[in-house]
Amino acid sequence: MTAHSNPLPDSTFLDSSELVLNMGPQHPSTHGVLRVILKLDGEKIIGTDCVIGYLHRGVEKIAENRTYAMFAPYVDRMDYVAAVSNGLGYCLAVEKLLHLEAPPRAQVVRVIMTELQRIASHLLWLGTHALDVGALTPLFYVMREREEIMKIFEDYCGARLTTHAFRIGGLQYEVHEGLERQVKQFCGMFLPKLDEYEELLTQNRMWVARLTNVGVLNAEQCKQYGVTGPMLRAAGVEWDLRKAQPYSGYEKYEFDIPTRQNGDTYDRYIVRMQEMRQSVRILRQAVEDIPAGPIMGKVPKVIKPPAGEVYVSIEAPKGELGYYIVSDGSTQPYRLRVRPPSYVNLQSLDCMARGALIADIVAIIGTIDIVLGEIDR
Amino acid sequence: MAEEQKPATPPKPPTPAPAAPKAAPPPPPSPTPWESDLTRSLAEKFGDRITDFLTYAGQPYLVAAPDALFGIVEYLKLEADFDYLVDVTAADYPARAERFDLVYILYSFTRNERIRLKASVAEGYQPASLAPVHLTANWLEREVYDMFGIEFAGHPDMRRILMPEDWEGYPLRKDYSILKMDERWVKENLQIDSAQ
Repeated sequence: MTAHSNPLPDSTFLDSSELVLNMGPQHPSTHGVLRVILKLDGEKIIGTDCVIGYLHRGVEKIAENRTYAMFAPYVDRMDYVAAVSNGLGYCLAVEKLLHLEAPPRAQVVRVIMTELQRIASHLLWLGTHALDVGALTPLFYVMREREEIMKIFEDYCGARLTTHAFRIGGLQYEVHEGLERQVKQFCGMFLPKLDEYEELLTQNRMWVARLTNVGVLNAEQCKQYGVTGPMLRAAGVEWDLRKAQPYSGYEKYEFDIPTRQNGDTYDRYIVRMQEMRQSVRILRQAVEDIPAGPIMGKVPKVIKPPAGEVYVSIEAPKGELGYYIVSDGSTQPYRLRVRPPSYVNLQSLDCMARGALIADIVAIIGTIDIVLGEIDR
Repeated sequence: MAEEQKPATPPKPPTPAPAAPKAAPPPPPSPTPWESDLTRSLAEKFGDRITDFLTYAGQPYLVAAPDALFGIVEYLKLEADFDYLVDVTAADYPARAERFDLVYILYSFTRNERIRLKASVAEGYQPASLAPVHLTANWLEREVYDMFGIEFAGHPDMRRILMPEDWEGYPLRKDYSILKMDERWVKENLQIDSAQ
């Protein structure tokens, strides 16, 4: 239909096919302060532009003005729903700079805490993602189970969210009495609950219809965009840093890497659900065998790594979380770069959303599992 | 219960040996040469454009001329399976003539290897954008531009990403003073000399 053939006065309006719609930064389903500018053709998304930085605190600059130990609590505030994982990555990176390793006991406790954190992070993702798509119930369920993990963290180090659980060289705190019992209890309680969530969602017709073939990213595209974590595994790439380049003693534990083939939002859901089961498997093995011994390595009182640079990365709940630290031999990092998984994964939003319906954008943002605190740093 | 009282005390390494005596016996670790089939093929292909192949703490990296970076990354992707660009970042050394170190981290899924590429660039030099080779370079390079002011030639969308568009200065440069920025802000907005 051309403008000439249309007798209506507002034909120019009807003719213009592109509509620009602003979403966020204050929007409940953007999981923080993400602003997405959507270009629409009718109901179809023909392009997106992410505006980020609303939570930018300059963490990397702060690091250059703090000693290594002083900076450790800051990393918890990046991905604040997986603070323990952030702390583990940072401690491992500084330990690498110092050419030392945490003692075995500390390593096992670290594995227990990070796997609990992985479950907590995935649970929060599940609850909010389901809420975004329209299922209200799972949010209350997952909060109930997440609370049990928070309680374990609280008993261990006194904090629930930004835990600062680990120290460079090991742990500050000896494990509290009853940690093993608590973790075992949690594992026993949690698996039936997982089945409960799956009963609510996995075969749910609306859930399947809303997620299948939405936000597809195949393996090739994932690699192109540097996408890691559950998103990459949902596209069929069996890659997990805990297996590929084990750290903190992960090579001792038996677990599988769940993968799926389609790389859509539904597959990412399945992968994350199975990852929680694998985490429980690791937890059960780890609490069975916490070796005795010291919890701190031979760390000098003043942490002054020799001049040099390292890049250390871990499998955080959201993907590869890396720290690149340059030391000039002083007590403060000369340069500290964080490679945040959410930041890199979010870049693929445009690729996933192009051609999708506007009703699906919320599901697509949710499936990436972003935390804006980590994206903006 | 006795264990629970430990948290109150700060961490005590089992042997309170300070850094000095510990560092005395072994000399401070330094990078060692890195040699493999990969380095040989790279050396053959790029010759003196790559100045050094080194490893530090078990992590291999190479130092190259900035204009060769694009070719090396492309070669590594096509010929050596380094198909995942992990990170692009930089470091600032204001005392040097070529003040910035550009750092690229690459990973190969098939080899399960991670390598780093480094190049020193002077202020104003525009390294070629890697976005045509790795799509992920788009945002990563935007962040480097945002934080260091290094513009990438041929980048599809060279805008700031984390800082506001009208921001002055590049925060991660060493000569960017947080204190000065703060003083300027309080002068403009609160009409006081310093908030410190």
